[in-house]
Amino acid sequence: MNKNIKAIFKRELYGYFHTPVAYVFIIIFLFLTGIFSFYLGAFYERGQADLEPFFRFHPWLYLFLIPAIAMRLWSEEMKTGTIELLMTLPISVMDAVLGKYLAAWCFTAIALALTFPMWITVNYLGEPDNTVILASYLGSLLMAGGFLAVGSCISALSKSQVIAFVISVVICFLFILSGFPLVLDFFQGWAPQALVEVISSLSFLTHFDSINKGVIDLRDLIYYLVFISFWLYANVVVIDSRKAH
Amino acid sequence: MTVNDKSPAIEVRGLDKRFGPIHAVRNISFSVNHGEVLGFLGPNGAGKSTTMKMITGFLEPTDGTVLVNGHDVLTDPISVKASIGYLPEGAPAYAEMTVIRFLEFVAEIRGLNGVEKQQRLDKVINQIHLDTVLDQTVDTLSKGFKRRVGVAQALLHDPDVLIMDEPTDGLDPNQKHEVRSLIKEMAENKAIVISTHILEEVDAVCSRAIIIAAGQILFDGTPVELRAQSGLNDYDDAFRTITNRFYSSEGEAGQS
Repeated sequence: MNKNIKAIFKRELYGYFHTPVAYVFIIIFLFLTGIFSFYLGAFYERGQADLEPFFRFHPWLYLFLIPAIAMRLWSEEMKTGTIELLMTLPISVMDAVLGKYLAAWCFTAIALALTFPMWITVNYLGEPDNTVILASYLGSLLMAGGFLAVGSCISALSKSQVIAFVISVVICFLFILSGFPLVLDFFQGWAPQALVEVISSLSFLTHFDSINKGVIDLRDLIYYLVFISFWLYANVVVIDSRKAH
Repeated sequence: MTVNDKSPAIEVRGLDKRFGPIHAVRNISFSVNHGEVLGFLGPNGAGKSTTMKMITGFLEPTDGTVLVNGHDVLTDPISVKASIGYLPEGAPAYAEMTVIRFLEFVAEIRGLNGVEKQQRLDKVINQIHLDTVLDQTVDTLSKGFKRRVGVAQALLHDPDVLIMDEPTDGLDPNQKHEVRSLIKEMAENKAIVISTHILEEVDAVCSRAIIIAAGQILFDGTPVELRAQSGLNDYDDAFRTITNRFYSSEGEAGQS
């Protein structure tokens, strides 16, 4: 991490914790993960010592919560005019994009880490396979990173945080759904099987589920890294193209 | 930073900018040497800010080139940005940050650290008199203080080239006087460009003035030469004479 990325990263993280965003997000995230795992996930009733009911709902929580974190990354800079300050400092666009993105990701990691009482609880109640839990945390963090990369790129498209939020949710929703019959059935009838498999393989859920089982497959890691790189690259292109306007 | 005194600090050649159908800046050329303070004058919407945004690399020109200390803003934007201190229009700053954290952030990105960073921060905070608001967040500052924070961040790395878009806007008369004295103090070894629509400012600080309207340069000369354009030996009158002459000739030529 070069010094520019580090400086941007620090400033952005500072921004999260010096506005209500961080606290509202963390409280809501912890509250909802709790509700979902205990009520919808039947954490106790299942009588199994694992965190599957906890992780199962992460994609759906992230669908709304991650775009809410990402929407400010660029929209706010454009709205308040600070983007002119940022983009006339001697840094590359890539530095700025990475610094901001990593700050948002680090923030999500902090929120995720604060769910540790779940992990303590399940270890207190039984003898869970902690490597599976660790893998699930990693999978969850990677998925959050994917959503964030989409959100960061989309927020560079509009001054309006609301527009950035809505578009990001829709795009993330499509990426969740692409492994579901709802989307796959649409292609199944006419598209070649290879294409259907490609679409299915783009799904967040497919990759998340396999990591959730405790198997960290290289293909899943590569999937997320490629996905994140793609959206961050698009993010750089969007910011660059603003110069011409 | 080594500076070749013979070559101009800023060289603008054939700069042109279109925003869709709007032709904001039309083929303008000028250069600024070290030791000069150039006042950029013109009616609102004349293209002053757009020109500054292109010099500082925030906007890409549709046509033409900008060289700052010999670096081309299109091919070597980082070097250009490193040698410029820039106060953007409206003095934007991160609202949730305290003044000191904001200045530290800019200093870090400008490559200052350790003792040097502290010395520069102390010096600029003293020069601009920001010591009373250091721990206040930017969004609680008055317009005048916000502008001064913007000026401070532009000076942190002791830039060779200083570009300020309306540095005295929103300041009270005393603060205006201070900022002007500061500009004059620094003028000796820097190339400074300020935009303003206050004509007295030209007299107070500038060694040269450029008037632009509708994206074109109408006048480029010393303040004395500018005043001589008016029969009354007065800046306001000279400004009106030059811009009116331009607009009436535009009308005759039937250009849009």
